[in-house]
Amino acid sequence: MEQLTQDFLRTKKLPHIWCPGCGNGIVTAALVRAIERAGYNQQDVVIVSGIGCSSRAAGYLNFNTLHTTHGRALAFATGLKMARPELKLFVIMGDGDCSAIGGNHFIHAARRNIDLNAVIINNHIYGMTGGQHSPLTPTGMKATTAPGGTLERPFDLLELARGAGATFGARGNAAQPRQLEQLISRAANHKGFSVVEALSQCPIAYGRRNKLGGAVEMLREMKDKAVSVEKASTMDVDELKDKTLSGVIYSVDAPEFSEEYYRSIGKA
Amino acid sequence: MAETKPVLMQGNEACAEGAISAGVRFYAGYPITPSTEVAELMAAKLPELGGVFIQMEDEIASMAAVIGASIGGMRTLTASSGPGFSLKQENIGYAIMAEIPCVIVNVQRMGPSTGVPTAPAQGDVMQTRWGTHGDHPIIVFSPASVYETFYLTIAAVNLSQKLRQPVIMLLDEVIGHMREKVLIPEAGKLLVEKSSDNVPADWKPYDEKGLTPLVPFGFGHYYHVTGLFHDQYGFPTGDPPQVERALDRIHGKLEKYRDEIVLTNYIGHKEPRVVIIAYGCTVRSARAVVKKAYWQNRLPVGLLSLQTLWPFPDKEVAAIAKQADVIIVPEMNMGQIVGEVERYACGNAEIVPLNRYDGEMISPDQISELLGRWL
Ligand code: SF4
Repeated sequence: MEQLTQDFLRTKKLPHIWCPGCGNGIVTAALVRAIERAGYNQQDVVIVSGIGCSSRAAGYLNFNTLHTTHGRALAFATGLKMARPELKLFVIMGDGDCSAIGGNHFIHAARRNIDLNAVIINNHIYGMTGGQHSPLTPTGMKATTAPGGTLERPFDLLELARGAGATFGARGNAAQPRQLEQLISRAANHKGFSVVEALSQCPIAYGRRNKLGGAVEMLREMKDKAVSVEKASTMDVDELKDKTLSGVIYSVDAPEFSEEYYRSIGKA
Repeated sequence: MAETKPVLMQGNEACAEGAISAGVRFYAGYPITPSTEVAELMAAKLPELGGVFIQMEDEIASMAAVIGASIGGMRTLTASSGPGFSLKQENIGYAIMAEIPCVIVNVQRMGPSTGVPTAPAQGDVMQTRWGTHGDHPIIVFSPASVYETFYLTIAAVNLSQKLRQPVIMLLDEVIGHMREKVLIPEAGKLLVEKSSDNVPADWKPYDEKGLTPLVPFGFGHYYHVTGLFHDQYGFPTGDPPQVERALDRIHGKLEKYRDEIVLTNYIGHKEPRVVIIAYGCTVRSARAVVKKAYWQNRLPVGLLSLQTLWPFPDKEVAAIAKQADVIIVPEMNMGQIVGEVERYACGNAEIVPLNRYDGEMISPDQISELLGRWL
């Protein structure tokens, strides 16, 4: 795999704060490669993030970076995009950050179809606070706040976004970083609200408690479970049980909000 | 400044017009009584000016969007009332910490909670001061008329830009909905203070040497913005000396420009025995009392009105307390500013609160009656 562009990393800020074996670094690297691949000018790119382990990624990336409040990254990004529609915004969130406290902003960003690229690092847990269950924790899995396993049912994040109006939804994982990079760059090229769910491992606050092994075992399972959209179309329901779809799940065209706004006021 | 066009308008309109005159071109908000007219006016006017109006999904998002747009380089405003203002608090703290300029309007209504949405009250004075968590500085203006609302909003926008500090316009419902004449300056005649366009190559967003203008995102200065304690480049730090320095920095800039921020006005007798200290719509009743007692009857009475509530006008109150025997503090709440008055009067005058909290204004008669005890 080729080296990351040093320009896009704040090498002085490394080493990062993440635990050994954490998937956040893999997803962040895929994001940086995707930005490189898209060929954007460094000064046009903005990284916005929420609060949590994953959101610390913003601090390591050499762009204009905005580390916001818990759950509110998309709302900050909406303001910035409307003020400066020429900027390319990538919004990094964690699963709890995006779908619990930030759920309202998530569905409304989707509804507006504003051109933001949401990258949700889904490790099924609140890592920074030590392992509480999130709306994306699968039923039955253990967390500090669900010691007997959570009774709650998880969201399907991409279907939630689609229902709310998102025009691009893709799922990748930390075990297949090449594919993830491609998915993020396709999301970047898509005009409108795009969602990339990046499945990732948190061996410390999730893996250990649920006896999933270390990072290697978790990554192996992630890879085994992943089935591409193309392959899935040849499989039946039974075969697809316990599998996760990966690839571009949907991509449709619809009017993009910031462009429509500026057109409506005669400035586009 | 040429004041040419006299226009009859509502306080809420004056707030919107003042903001537009001061260069505000971005508004994000959420509907709530009694501040909705600010949003409606912005929705009508901003698109014509090439600006952005956006109705967000909630109050929290409105505050967030405003901060995002400010980082993009726009002058921004949001308006709300009581419960909505409570919801904005976390992100107001963020803007203070990250030193992002923005102006927040709170047209007060009677609380706590949903309260009486259409009744006037001054119950949010302490919330404007301490609504968000942690030791933080804040600037709060409280206009007593529609005219003052217009000009204080302009001052709020300019100060916010200059100091990279959120400023709150704390309106009374009475002021927000009252109609008065405002002399609007001709377009282009108004002084909109611009922060410097000449940014040195070694520009740092939180320069240890002092205040620097905000360079918006997208111009090649790759800094970090966070609500965490940060160093002069914006990167997180937990290092005790740096943490202390960062907190001193955000407080220090308000201390340095204190005399530009703190606005008060005194009318009445030169050697008063009784002084009324008031703010917001209560100033109007107090003024009526002083007009009669001093201008007509030459009684030793005065009125110190506070346009700025925070930072508190400590010096002004301390000085007046040395002259007066008695200070009356009328407030449409159970007593919020009166504690500050007491603190800075340092026992030099007797402090008498006058409180009303039934959703009605304090009348001139109520103040006169109390005043009569000492005259
Ligand atoms: S707690 Fe989990 S998500 Fe957070 S850094 Fe450690 S491994 Fe990564």
